[in-house]
Amino acid sequence: MFELLTLQEYWWLLVSIIGAMFVFMTFVQGGQTLLYTLAKTEDERDVLVNSLGRKWELTFTSLVMFGGALFAAFPLFYAVSFGGAYYVWMAILFCFIIQAVAYEYRKKPDNFYGQRFYEILLYINGTLGIFLIGVALATLFSGGNFYVNDMHLSRWATQSYGLEALLNPFNLAFGAMLVFLARAQAALYFLNNVDEKSIRSRIKKVICTNFTPFLVLFLYVFGTILFQDGYVYDTDTLVVSVESMKFLHTFLANPLLLVIILAGVVSLLYGVYLGAIKGKINAIRWSGTGTILAVTVLLFILGIHNSIYYPSLVDMQSSLSIVNSSGSLYTLKVMSVVSLLVPVVLGYIIYIWRSMDATQITIDEVKSDSHHY
Amino acid sequence: MEHTELLIDYSRAQFALTALYHWIFVPLTLGLTFIIAIMETIYVKTLDEKWKQITKYWMGLLAINFAIGLATGIIMEFEFGTNWSNYSWIVGDIFGAPLAIEGLMAFFMESTFFAVMFFGWNKVSKKAHLTSTWLVAIGSNLSALWILIANGWMQHPVGMKFNPDSARNEMENFTEVIFNPNAVAKFLHTISSGYVLASLFVISISAWYLLKKRDVAFAKKSIVVAASFGLITSMMMLTTGDESAHQDALNQPMKLAAMEGLYRGENRAGIVAFGILENDKEVGDTKDPFKFMFEIPGALSFLGYHDINAFVPGIDDLVLGNKKHNILSVKEKMVIGKQAVKALGDYKKYKKEGNTLAMDKALKTFRATSYLMGYGYLKDPKDAVPDVALTFYSFHIMVAAGSWFLVLFMLILYYSMKNELTKKKWLLRLGLFTLPLGYAAQECGWIVAEVGRQPWAIQDLLPVGMATSNVATTSVMITFWLFAVLFTALLVAEVKIMLKQISIGPEGH
Repeated sequence: MFELLTLQEYWWLLVSIIGAMFVFMTFVQGGQTLLYTLAKTEDERDVLVNSLGRKWELTFTSLVMFGGALFAAFPLFYAVSFGGAYYVWMAILFCFIIQAVAYEYRKKPDNFYGQRFYEILLYINGTLGIFLIGVALATLFSGGNFYVNDMHLSRWATQSYGLEALLNPFNLAFGAMLVFLARAQAALYFLNNVDEKSIRSRIKKVICTNFTPFLVLFLYVFGTILFQDGYVYDTDTLVVSVESMKFLHTFLANPLLLVIILAGVVSLLYGVYLGAIKGKINAIRWSGTGTILAVTVLLFILGIHNSIYYPSLVDMQSSLSIVNSSGSLYTLKVMSVVSLLVPVVLGYIIYIWRSMDATQITIDEVKSDSHHY
Repeated sequence: MEHTELLIDYSRAQFALTALYHWIFVPLTLGLTFIIAIMETIYVKTLDEKWKQITKYWMGLLAINFAIGLATGIIMEFEFGTNWSNYSWIVGDIFGAPLAIEGLMAFFMESTFFAVMFFGWNKVSKKAHLTSTWLVAIGSNLSALWILIANGWMQHPVGMKFNPDSARNEMENFTEVIFNPNAVAKFLHTISSGYVLASLFVISISAWYLLKKRDVAFAKKSIVVAASFGLITSMMMLTTGDESAHQDALNQPMKLAAMEGLYRGENRAGIVAFGILENDKEVGDTKDPFKFMFEIPGALSFLGYHDINAFVPGIDDLVLGNKKHNILSVKEKMVIGKQAVKALGDYKKYKKEGNTLAMDKALKTFRATSYLMGYGYLKDPKDAVPDVALTFYSFHIMVAAGSWFLVLFMLILYYSMKNELTKKKWLLRLGLFTLPLGYAAQECGWIVAEVGRQPWAIQDLLPVGMATSNVATTSVMITFWLFAVLFTALLVAEVKIMLKQISIGPEGH
């Protein structure tokens, strides 16, 4: 019933959506970097940590899901990138292990390293962790130094195993862009989730100071993507070649995607306006929806229209497209049936969090709750 | 692509380190979530606030354990890519699916309802809260289901076919993958062992309170729930352990032989109840493998094949071959394996040249030999033998400990029913100090499963030497030591926090 290419595109779309949801959920990480900016007292800090602490696992799970979906649907990417850009992915993993324990251990008596230590771990996760994920995502556009042989086994060409990506300004800008976005979204999240006047009075400024650099970086990144040379594969021979302004062509050929990404950006801007200027607590709904739409499109264009989604800088023909890196037709079919669960999962997550977040969190609530971070 | 021994060793060591640390925390989560759900159910049924307090206390300890289990879990998922890159391609088409399903079905359920379980006491109704607690337990066990389906497939690959064009195994039958008998046995044995560990955890802490004569009512209630749960689940653990051994006999006879230190196969093979291995025993020599041993005759034949007279092949039979029992030697298997490797190379070459006739011939050879392809990568027949001592001792510690747990649960329940538990200091001390043995048995179980199947990443098809990433050895050495330091640092904090919370107790002393 379904052709292989249709399923490959479907799975690339799913991966893009999961990736976009993860990017949105990194407001948790952004919030971890604002503990000393938005809060001035211990109680205020506790309320912020507890507000984030109820969501961190969802972000963490989204990252795991992103990896799992890539493994199942595009195993060659998993093999090439994770096994090649070794240091980058390992550094990302280190940044995420330290987050998992920090919430639970931060305030516990006899926590061995002291509260400040765990707050530093949260800060590292929020800055370096997100920055490196941004760099890793950027390499989908800017490429990596890998070879894939005719048995589909891969190796990295440089001994720096992915760290060389840090020398590319586009990658750095992408990473920094995600950090500022996460911080701006975090401020909008706190506006929505925390009911403390003192914290709220500081939020507007934080939104502005983080959203402005984000916007500048976004314009640079998006402009670069639109006008850079892209790699394309020939549908018959799968031979890879260069096409100038590849992604601009993709947008022009699929105007709907252009409309969606612009709608996403407008929605994000409107959310920021609502939060920073009007102080509306539901601002994050706009900014969140906008982020998810924009990032989904940004990732999706990498996989469609004969595009290469992971260019090899050392051997163009080793580059990965959804066609040469995916799972088999059978596996994609099985996984597509399983993917019917996605709306169910999303449904209960939204339902549960609507009831859990029906009232905003306060210092008093945190203090009276039997379990708090 | 050949890898150096050091790279393979460090890649394995890093994965083993992550897995062993991960497995300190996961079994407790698997079992404690159910114990907590049972306790909360009693609370909702009786509305006795004491049960709510008991539930909340154990939940607090669960939270300390849960986070670090999650953290080490994500590393394992990504390590398949970072350190087992070739593996990820060669079997990713089958292996990736259960991992993704695990994320979708289990992780979101766990993480969403975990938050309700901890922060929802005053936000949702009692019944909704109880449902959430049960869903956390089900979610964590579902997660175990999918990852163990993946692991079971590595031990006994089914439902797939090698595609020479993409040079990988591709899934052909998902149902076979899910209902792989090895995976089913493994799942049931693993989760039941988790339930047993969680029971030991609750018993150990409760016994400490009883010995200290504090929080007595709380401890007595907790210990009865734990011992009952432990008794039922340890029976399940023993039964499923038997099935696991049966599966090993059918699909991984080398592992079974190593588990028992059996070199010369025999009919009516016995199980070594206790034994000390000879250090310099070599495959094929005439030395007795044991310095000392006490054997239960016929038990291994029965355990492996459910027939007391069955022939159980030993390591010598499996390496050197045994014509009488139709067992090929590893040398013969290596010849077949090398034919498969060559045929695959030829197929690729002829395809490039457009020589269809030669391509078809190569493919035919490949299809006839690929079932032993992994042997084509071995250098020496002895490479097919796992570390016998490590497998043997781990297996025997696990079995002895598992049997003791059953006795412990029975004794505790017996004296609890007679209302004499608090007087039996010796039993409480045994309850307290059995916990480390519980953890040791858990780790031993995984050592048996994973060391016992060496050199295979995928049984008979892919040796670990072919499965690793093509990265510099120094890179893996660096990350290995970083992980070792970080995991240990986190474990120290975890243990300290846990001990403090235990000493604070349910009343918040």
